[in-house]
Amino acid sequence: MFRFLQNYPHFLEKMYDGMERAIRPFSRWLTVNGRLQPLMVFAEKTGKGDLFDCQMCGQCILHSTGMTCPMTCPKNLRNGPCGGVRLNGRCEVYPDKDCVWTAAYERSLKMPDYGDEMINIQPPINKQLEGSSSWINMLAGADVVTPKGWVTVDVIEVTTI
Amino acid sequence: MNDDYEFKSGSRLERVLKSGRFAVTSELNPPDSADPDDVYRAALVLAGVCDGINAVDASGAHCHMSSVAICALLTRAGYDPVYQVSCRDRNRIAIQGDLLGAAAMGVRNVLLITGDDVTAGDQPEAKRVFDFDSIQAIQTAKIMRDEARFLSGRKLTTPPRLFLGAAANPFVPPYNWRPLRLAKKIAAGADFIQTQYCYDVPRFVEYMKRVRDMGLHEKAYMLVGVGPLRSDRAAEFMRSNVSGVVIPDAVVERLRKTPKKKRRAEGKKICVEIIQQIREIEGVAGVHVMAYRQEELVAQIIQESGLLPRPKR
Repeated sequence: MFRFLQNYPHFLEKMYDGMERAIRPFSRWLTVNGRLQPLMVFAEKTGKGDLFDCQMCGQCILHSTGMTCPMTCPKNLRNGPCGGVRLNGRCEVYPDKDCVWTAAYERSLKMPDYGDEMINIQPPINKQLEGSSSWINMLAGADVVTPKGWVTVDVIEVTTI
Repeated sequence: MNDDYEFKSGSRLERVLKSGRFAVTSELNPPDSADPDDVYRAALVLAGVCDGINAVDASGAHCHMSSVAICALLTRAGYDPVYQVSCRDRNRIAIQGDLLGAAAMGVRNVLLITGDDVTAGDQPEAKRVFDFDSIQAIQTAKIMRDEARFLSGRKLTTPPRLFLGAAANPFVPPYNWRPLRLAKKIAAGADFIQTQYCYDVPRFVEYMKRVRDMGLHEKAYMLVGVGPLRSDRAAEFMRSNVSGVVIPDAVVERLRKTPKKKRRAEGKKICVEIIQQIREIEGVAGVHVMAYRQEELVAQIIQESGLLPRPKR
């Protein structure tokens, strides 16, 4: 119903910022095993589900991927489009659907605040967070925990582009 | 002390590239068989004319002999394989284990790719894995090699010495993002790049211009994918059925206008011409010749492109 809003990525990144500010004061109650977890899961499933076709990975990176959910890519790619994108910009797997990443890239260009984050390397996903509230995980810092052996690389710095 | 230690892996491919010579790699048609001789037969026509032989990992989501086993057979015969790892079929636990296993079998080059979707193959009902994407896989391989540990942080007593490769497809949208994706792959740890089939040379020239502007050609070796087209119908089939392959109308048209009997030769000629054009582009370090079911043409193509003899090591 609200999916048309995806064509206004700048509005959505502002909304993301606002949302983060709005829930931070409630971080005392918004805990991983707290009573509000089911409520937040419900809110995210309906709200983000409706808007972004959210797949509830529990570690939301929407603002780094052009406000386009990377988990809706059939290959679950979190670092950009595969080499199978069709000439008309459609998906390799579903020829009648636009490539998620083609859309993500176009939208990121209209996002002055977070658009540049597309270049960041996203670490491997944590399957244990699937189904939980990404807002709660964000307040707890659980969404940015990487595997112990992982090395965070700054693409701009390493490649000096 | 062995001079080997100047190198990340010491593979023949790495030595050729680091010495500044134009490298040639090719792709082995994996057998649907359990006979090792089928692998050796397929390798025989390639070994003398290239610096590395790619062992594909169920390309097009079609099952064949596994790439790690083909690599193990090839290293026994003294060849230098490029072990292809696709993220489609195995999760992070399997991939890390196989990288160690392959290195133990003498494999020195690895190409880490996302992989075609399961629906591209003849078993589309299979479960897709995609636990890693290619960039995460490359970085994990780099961590194993350089930090001597698994992704979990657990120590490796002997790290795998691997020359890390990544794929690139400059020929499909979003075109402006493609060089940035390459930057991500290089930052993640790619030492060399093998591209998708290049038939659209102007598009590639444009791409390389951006790659050079970003200085990426100095951080990884670019090997450009090329291959002969058997006929106009084969070209038509490839561009509509093989994901990621772009063949401009002009190329198909040129084949169509050629008399039927000469089409195969014309396809080879087009390939040689493209190699010659590519060699002129600054920042290109080699070619990757893929001649699916026309492996016998690889030697001719490489010879006619003036790329023989290959360096001893």
